[in-house]
Amino acid sequence: MPLSITKSIQEMLLSMMSESAAYYAAMVVVALLYLGIFAIAGLFLVLLERRIAAWFQLRIGPNRVGFQGLLQTMADALKLVSKELTGTDRADKFLYNLAPYFVIISALMALGLIPFTKEFQAFDINIGIFFLIAISSIGVIGILLGGWASNNKFALIGAMRSGVQTISYELSVGLSLLTMILLTGSLQLSEIVEVQKGGWLIVQGHIPAIIAFMIYMIAGTAETNRAPFDMVEAESELGAGFHTEYSGMKFAYFFLAEFINMFLIAAIATTVFFGAWLSPFGITESIPWLGVFWFLAKTLLLVFLMMWFRWTFPRLRVDQLLTLEWKYLLPINLVNIVVMAFIVWQNLIIQI
Amino acid sequence: MSYFSNIFNGIKTLLTGMSITGKYFLNSRKGAITQQYPDNRDTLKMFDRFRGEVIMPHDENNEHACTGCQKCEIACPNGTIEIIWDRGIDEYTGKNKKKIDKFVYHLSMCTMCGLCIDVCPTDAIKWGQNFENSVYDRTALTRVLNKPGSKLRPGVED
Ligand code: SF4
Ligand code: SF4
Repeated sequence: MPLSITKSIQEMLLSMMSESAAYYAAMVVVALLYLGIFAIAGLFLVLLERRIAAWFQLRIGPNRVGFQGLLQTMADALKLVSKELTGTDRADKFLYNLAPYFVIISALMALGLIPFTKEFQAFDINIGIFFLIAISSIGVIGILLGGWASNNKFALIGAMRSGVQTISYELSVGLSLLTMILLTGSLQLSEIVEVQKGGWLIVQGHIPAIIAFMIYMIAGTAETNRAPFDMVEAESELGAGFHTEYSGMKFAYFFLAEFINMFLIAAIATTVFFGAWLSPFGITESIPWLGVFWFLAKTLLLVFLMMWFRWTFPRLRVDQLLTLEWKYLLPINLVNIVVMAFIVWQNLIIQI
Repeated sequence: MSYFSNIFNGIKTLLTGMSITGKYFLNSRKGAITQQYPDNRDTLKMFDRFRGEVIMPHDENNEHACTGCQKCEIACPNGTIEIIWDRGIDEYTGKNKKKIDKFVYHLSMCTMCGLCIDVCPTDAIKWGQNFENSVYDRTALTRVLNKPGSKLRPGVED
């Protein structure tokens, strides 16, 4: 069991207070730490997306606030905080106000499991991957609630589409990760990283692993409701989809959650396919804290890939979306699992 | 078998799309089409086909090519152009002829449709490239396009 930051903070606090107090205080400190880091990181992801989108479209992008526009999204967030929170008549006020918190909390909760380095992992539960899949599908309840409660037909259509989409693509995310679990033999994220010391899983599992990765990336993009799977928002059809009626900070929660989810999908892919914080060929194995750098580098590369998808592909129709999942991804995935099982059984794994 | 060829076709076309946008991404620094407007105000050049406002070019003798035929006034769908005309002896031909007194152009009503410019038989009016058209007082948008004291360029009607 690796020494997690929760433990080290707890030990630090132990010198100041009693054991149980230190236990709770450590939890609060870690939670606030994660909240702070990822609120800021989410803002920078938004900025990154906007700059990259601009470059894909031969524009310049926000470059006025701060050096090269670095403070642009901070300014946007300040503006959103200062805005009036509006709502529709006869909206279900309780559910309407609850929905954004569902979305943002489920996004932030999953982050606790991600192993940024050996030490920097807040919560190393033994059913890690399972927990991640479960948590990431709770977010859709927030979207459904928001669409349902805001008493707007566009929001409702968007929310229902989101339900259809998440129920379908959740299967592919789960099954493609399951394919990799066959290789690791453990659901615990720290164990999964440990296994990859003998080569990243995408190398170990070669062909089926690459297929699983492709399916995971497609389904993961669909999970985050980003283009080309953004039928939930579909600006040209539904106004803004499920968050049409939200304004100010509540809108910002939805927006931030989308970006944190994108980061999360990329982070899970990094952990499961690309060896998390392990450096390529173990070149910096002697400097453990560089793990954060490798982890972020790999994750941001995958995030970039998702942005590339977004600014290249046109939006799918609902029937195309379901055809893609049920007629292509799911059968391929099932066959892929059998192939992977065969490879593990015959020990055809590539080990470095 | 079309099932598998569908998959491969799909992947191939998606990769084609991604390579195109990827090229754009890499070239964005040189090829950005955004103008950083107030900063490059001095060097900014508008594009040839840009429709800023209708102008009437005058040559160095303060002569224009407008014969006062009023075709533009008739062609304009929203009455933007008003031609106030007169009759007088033309010095060049010695005949009593129609000529413009004032070519009034209401920029505030113009939709930049270009019909007046298309219809003008002598190409007396053209598109101007000015795009900073906002003013504080809307009377400034009513313009007389022919300059004071200007007259018809001889030979335009021949
Ligand atoms: S601008 Fe052209 S169309 Fe209009 S009155 Fe003069 S000559 Fe005729
Ligand atoms: S451009 Fe169109 S609207 Fe403007 S003056 Fe000419 S005909 Fe009228």
